[in-house]
Amino acid sequence: MNAGSEGTLSGWGRVPVAGREVRSEDLEALTRDAVLCRGLGRSYGDSSLPPPGHPVVAATPLADRILAFDPATGNLRAEAGLSLRALNRSFLPRGFYSPVTPGTQMITLGGMVAADVHGKNHHRDGCFGAHVTRLRMRVADGRIVECAPDREAELFRATLGGMGLTGHILEVECRLVRVPSPWVLTETERIHDIDRFIEGLKEAGSRWPHTVGWIDCLSRGPLMGRGILMKGRWAEPHEAPRGVPVPRRRPSVPFVLPGWVVNRWTVRAFNAVYYRRHVPAVRRAVVHPESFFYPLDAIGHWNRMYGPRGFTQYQCVLPESAGRGAARRFLELLTRRGGASMLCVIKDCGPEGIGLLSFPRPGISIALDIPIHDETQSLVDALNELVIAEGGRVYLAKDQLTRPEHFRAMEPRLAAWTCIRRKWDPEGRLRSAQSVRLLGDRP
Amino acid sequence: MKVAFLGATRGMGRSLSRLMAARGDDVFLLGRDVADLERSARDLEARAGRGSVGAAPCDLEKPGGFAAALDAAEARLGGLDAVVVTAGDFARQEELERDVERARRLLEVDFTNTVVFCEHARRRLLARGGGTLAVFSSVAGERGRKPVILYGAAKAGLSRYLEGLDHKFRAQGLRTVCVKPGFVKTSMTDGLRPPPFAGDPDDVARDVLGAIDRGRPVVYAPPIWRWIMLAIRMLPRFVMRRIGF
Repeated sequence: MNAGSEGTLSGWGRVPVAGREVRSEDLEALTRDAVLCRGLGRSYGDSSLPPPGHPVVAATPLADRILAFDPATGNLRAEAGLSLRALNRSFLPRGFYSPVTPGTQMITLGGMVAADVHGKNHHRDGCFGAHVTRLRMRVADGRIVECAPDREAELFRATLGGMGLTGHILEVECRLVRVPSPWVLTETERIHDIDRFIEGLKEAGSRWPHTVGWIDCLSRGPLMGRGILMKGRWAEPHEAPRGVPVPRRRPSVPFVLPGWVVNRWTVRAFNAVYYRRHVPAVRRAVVHPESFFYPLDAIGHWNRMYGPRGFTQYQCVLPESAGRGAARRFLELLTRRGGASMLCVIKDCGPEGIGLLSFPRPGISIALDIPIHDETQSLVDALNELVIAEGGRVYLAKDQLTRPEHFRAMEPRLAAWTCIRRKWDPEGRLRSAQSVRLLGDRP
Repeated sequence: MKVAFLGATRGMGRSLSRLMAARGDDVFLLGRDVADLERSARDLEARAGRGSVGAAPCDLEKPGGFAAALDAAEARLGGLDAVVVTAGDFARQEELERDVERARRLLEVDFTNTVVFCEHARRRLLARGGGTLAVFSSVAGERGRKPVILYGAAKAGLSRYLEGLDHKFRAQGLRTVCVKPGFVKTSMTDGLRPPPFAGDPDDVARDVLGAIDRGRPVVYAPPIWRWIMLAIRMLPRFVMRRIGF
């Protein structure tokens, strides 16, 4: 849990608000009077946090039963609190895996739908929502409704990426994919600058189902945007070791580190070592899927690294229409403003999915961690202004600091989504700290 | 192992039944709410990836149904190697002090009826030449403590009963396992402030399964609670009167 001191809750970025969780295995009972559900609390900002006027969230992780699985089709139905880790660990030995996975597996199915998460295979397989076949929901008036792409389709589309604001997700039905072996074959490659990086992602995407890049966003000039491009696919049986990968016990950051630990110089040193250690320039390996998909899960409570004030993650997508220079302009602004980020992840996105408010669109997505300082708000404002000018948008599952006028400027889709939301919740009962901040919901 | 399981739908029982099903034990579920049992049965089948899991209603408030429920389990499993009881009632001490009828119900479920259920189970296991009877008592029964006077009294009685069974019937093949969980973060304890060393249901389930396999008569879970309770049992009365624990 990211429960802070008594009576507070926070997202993964560890910036607390007043609130508490109520937990139960019985999600139907739990959601009867709830205004918001919360899964494992891995969204970075305030999307899983309660509005100030109703400081209680319904915690879903105890509602984690698998209700049906058909090995012939891969169809799975489960309660919304089932974690992706439990799902993967149950089904990988039987040759199935989640069709789309975000960078952590400490997330619930309900959270995956609410944020309409994407993964390293977005350029090929789209968001998680593209693989969801049905949802069982408790809507604001208390009724329980089933929706699907062809049934209450508006509600379904508004719920994918709708941040839990259109109704409480009780059960999720989705299609798992069959994998040829439980191992992942990877190729990693050192890349010298941002332009080459974007070309590299495009090129790798035509051959590899999974691609992502890490970039050093403190390097400047000709080295701006240098980093490591990671590519992967499920290993074929003859390429894989015998046996099933065994989950490892993980080390943990035992307490909140002092705020000065992550600063421009330590990050610069970390980035340089990480980049230079990668020799030769191209490496191939067969690895545990957890270390390929979830490198950060290997360290428990890594969010404590950023000190007592916590951090925010900024993730935006810069559309193809902005041209190839957009990513360079973004990094130039970032380095000019001195935004030290240990983690900066770059990924090309494929076509937009059916989720009315889903984040990805064709273009380049950039995600970075920013420790909270006095200037963080103005840095985020500046980044947002650039993103608006480029025609891009930000990811609500990460957001903590975007201003409502900036969000409206990024989201021409907001009106259509709000219209459906109001139809299902005319009184505006369901809301979160984020919806109060960004959408002007009542506190 | 063929296991009849009372209380597998929630908390530590849910975790333990999953471990058992995942390693290939045949589990039969007993509980109050048939629809809820069916959902848990489907969950165990999906996680185990084979077999089908049966279920029958059994309510610790209705001892008249115990025999039929265990009959159904034995018939479906085609035998019986172990009976696990994780079900029970819980309420805060303040609520039980306010409402005597509520207290009577809790004492009846957690002591009298649980013991009666165990008596049915014991006979069946002994008739088959032995087996394991694993029952969730609690560290609350180790000492009269202010926050758990009534709940603790019922669990103290249950622990003594299980101890007696172990003494009398172990030689005949009945392995009694008395599980004493410390504070474990489940829906039962939701809203209570977790003390240091609060346990996680999945970790507890692993410890308990190990104890069941080895036939250990008493298991504290998480294990550190053995030493915590040892210290608490040694505290003099004048200290217990002053502290809130």
